[in-house]
Parts: sequence; structure tokens; C-alpha cells
Amino acid sequence: MTDPLLQVRGLTKRYGDRLACADVSFDLVPGEVLAIVGESGSGKSTLLSMIATELVPDSGTVSYRMRDGALRDLGTLSEAARRALMRTDWGFVRQDATKGLRMAVSAGGNVGERLMGMGERHYGRIRAEAIDWLGRVEIDAGRVDDPPSQFSGGMRQRLQIARNLVTGPRLVLMDEPTSGLDVSVQARLLDLIRRLSAELGLAVIIVTHDLAVARLLSHRIAVMRAGRVIETGLTDRVLDDPEQAYTQLLVSSVLAA
Amino acid sequence: MTALLTFQDVAKSFTLHLRDGVVLPVVGDVSFTVEPGECVVLGGPSGAGKSSLLKMAYGNYRCDKGAILVRDGDALIDVVRADPRVVLGLRARVIAYVSQFLRVIPRVSALDVVEAAGREGGLDQTVARARGKDLLARLNLPERLWGLPPATFSGGEQQRVNIARGLIADRPLLLLDEPTASLDAQNRAVVAELVREKLNGGAGVLGIFHDSEMRDAVAIRVVDVTHFAPRARAA
Repeated sequence: MTDPLLQVRGLTKRYGDRLACADVSFDLVPGEVLAIVGESGSGKSTLLSMIATELVPDSGTVSYRMRDGALRDLGTLSEAARRALMRTDWGFVRQDATKGLRMAVSAGGNVGERLMGMGERHYGRIRAEAIDWLGRVEIDAGRVDDPPSQFSGGMRQRLQIARNLVTGPRLVLMDEPTSGLDVSVQARLLDLIRRLSAELGLAVIIVTHDLAVARLLSHRIAVMRAGRVIETGLTDRVLDDPEQAYTQLLVSSVLAA
Repeated sequence: MTALLTFQDVAKSFTLHLRDGVVLPVVGDVSFTVEPGECVVLGGPSGAGKSSLLKMAYGNYRCDKGAILVRDGDALIDVVRADPRVVLGLRARVIAYVSQFLRVIPRVSALDVVEAAGREGGLDQTVARARGKDLLARLNLPERLWGLPPATFSGGEQQRVNIARGLIADRPLLLLDEPTASLDAQNRAVVAELVREKLNGGAGVLGIFHDSEMRDAVAIRVVDVTHFAPRARAA
């Protein structure tokens, strides 16, 4: 069996009396897409924040296989090492594009910034690479100097994807990347994510409340309720033959997932 | 020679938690095999559990009991208990599944859908593209449709894309759930011919075919699913 790229063990977080995330453990192998589904307040975003090391867990660990092959507990990395990892080997596509992009900086600058973070200094190469990535996410090269504040919601999400993928990450976290978009715009974005993640062999953790999104994109699914993973397995098996009462309720509550 | 697919004493029921936990038994005591070059047809009335058996073999449905062994080279893998990643590996290399309906992926053209299935099944891009075209042509899908997403196609046209997708790669075990239901006689004959070619190549088929013509054209053995009726249990 392939060595895991990411190893999550016993992640737990309380807010006062409320258990936001309770003892969550899983492995993710390279190229694997895991969907975390559940309703608002189920703890899925808390879990993702802890994995992204943006929120410190009360207990539990997140370990990642570094480029040198060693599995390292991210909690033991220095702040600088952790930030460098997030900027290069990881991506994070956020629901709210204004939190994932610099809204006043040009589209090209948004993509180029991550390249500069990796040490690239040659302006012409950065610009060429940025334009190439804008094309791959179906943004016209003519918009390279426009800031994302002038972009539609769908374009902003595509720009976030370009910004995150330009450094060749091995793991991308996505938090509700398609919610709030028109259905046709959603379809285009989903197709793009599906295609790029397969082409680049990305490991992805996608948090979504939309079971159709989970079905289209993920290999495995974890259903969360009240901070706990209550059911997990092969995506189509969990959606077509759910075992838990709550999963049956979720699946039967949508028109066609 | 080991069978390609072995059902060993399999039982399946659905527990409907939203209906006061009522248990719907589907099948029980299911035991049979599919050998290389053999086409086993599941018979029995609608509701007997035929499609459920195919879905269990594909790892899409859970089982309450028993084992479903799929031969993967020299290994035997129990789909019921295998890790999700192992099941996905089997689907890529070993098991092809053609359902009655195409689950459409938005914005992807018919030929790309078929080609992608070929690549997932281990073909290189050139071979996948060539085979995809060949299959769509044999299935009489008009060439002007190849570059369009199948969402707007007729039921029969979508089904032919679905069949091409299922048959493009060289997977040794085919699960066919009424692949010809929405096809005319001419295209049914094409599908029968494609299935016979797979059988001659050593593949095994487990299928559901309601039209007797198709069944007579390919069936080697009929397994009557009513024999697997779950034993009555106290409510």
C-alpha cells in the first residue's frame, strides 16, 4: 500500500462545552481526493482549519510527508518552515475568494506572488507562467493586469485555483469552493477541479455540504455530525447505500446527488 | 483456474432508519461463480435483487454477510471488506460496470468521456482515442455528436456512450445492467457482438438482459435470482 502523504490522528477541538471536532483520524495517499461532508456546524471547517495549521487542536496531530520522504508532525515544525510548506507544497482554495486572494493586486500578481515565494525573481518568467496558468483556468490573458475585485465570483475561484496550483503543490485543501456560485458556473469550476486534480495527481481534501460535488470529485467520503466522523468509505457506496441514520437522512434530503 | 467472480453465501438487506428501522431483505444465500469466457445472466422478476447483486460485485452496495471474491491477477480480493482504495484499483483494472443510465459529467464531450474511461483503464491516450472512435462508430453514434457533451443526447445515444465507456478498456470482468434497454434491434446486435468479442478474449460477464434476443445471443448460463430470496424473518 502507498505511504500516506498526510496522516491525521485524533484531532480534537472544543469551544467551551461544545465539542467542535472529536477524535478525527484518517490517512490520505498521493492523488487521493477525500470529501468531508456534513451540515453547517458539523465541524468540517474546524477540522480543515486544524489540518491547515490555522487552528491549534486541543489534542491530536497532523503529519505530512515532506519532499525528503520523512513524515513530520506539523506541530513540531518552526513557524517559518510551516509557512514555507503552506506557500509551496500545499494549496488552500477558500469559499470566500477575498480571503484567498489579494483583491487589490492584479490577477498576474496574485499568481506570481506564490512563485516569488518559491524564490523566482525573473519578472518575464513570472509573468509568462502567470499567463499560462490563467489560460489553464480559462481566464483570458487580456485580464492579467486586472485585479480580482473586477472579476465575477466564478473567475475569482478560478484565479484562486491558479494561484494555488502554480507552485506545483501535492496537497490542496478546498473549503466549499463552489458554493454561492450559479449552477452553470459551478459546473465549469467542478469540471476544472476534476480535470486538474487528476492531471496533476493532486491529493485533495474538499469540505462541502453538497453531496453532488462530493460524488463528482471524491474517491472517499467522510460524513461529519456534531464534530464526529460518523460514516466513512468509498464515495459512491456511502451515497448509494448509506449505513447510518444521519447519512440516510442527508442523502434522502437532496433531489439527486 | 480460479473463477473471475465468486459470490460466497452473500446476504443483503436495507435498513431504513428513516422508516422506523424497517429492514428490507434483498437476497440471501447467494453463491455462484463467473468463469473466464463465461456469460452468466441473472434472471428473475423485477425486484428480485438482480441489480443489487451487480452493485455489490462492483463495491457500490454493502453486504450483510458472505464474501464476493474478484480475481485480480493471482490475487483474490473480497470486495465486501476491501479498503476503498483497493476497490477503486479493481474498478480501474479489473471490473467494468455498465449501468442503465449514463451519469453525465457536465461539459465533457462524448468522445472525451469514453477516452477518459480508456485511460483510467490503463490505455495510453492515442490507443484510448482510437478505440473510443472505433467503438462510437460501431455503435452508430453519429460523428457530429462525438464532440458534444452527452447531456442533451437521447436516452439511446447516452446509453451507447455509456456502453463504449464500459467496454473500451481490457477489463476481465464485465457487469452489465440492462445495457441494451433503450436500444433498437440494430444496436442491440452490435452490443451482443461486442460482448461476444470480450468473452472470446477470456473476459467474464455477469449481466441482466431483459430482451430475450440479447440473452440468447450471449448467455451461457442463467442464474435465477428468485432462488436467492431471503428467508422470511419475523417483523
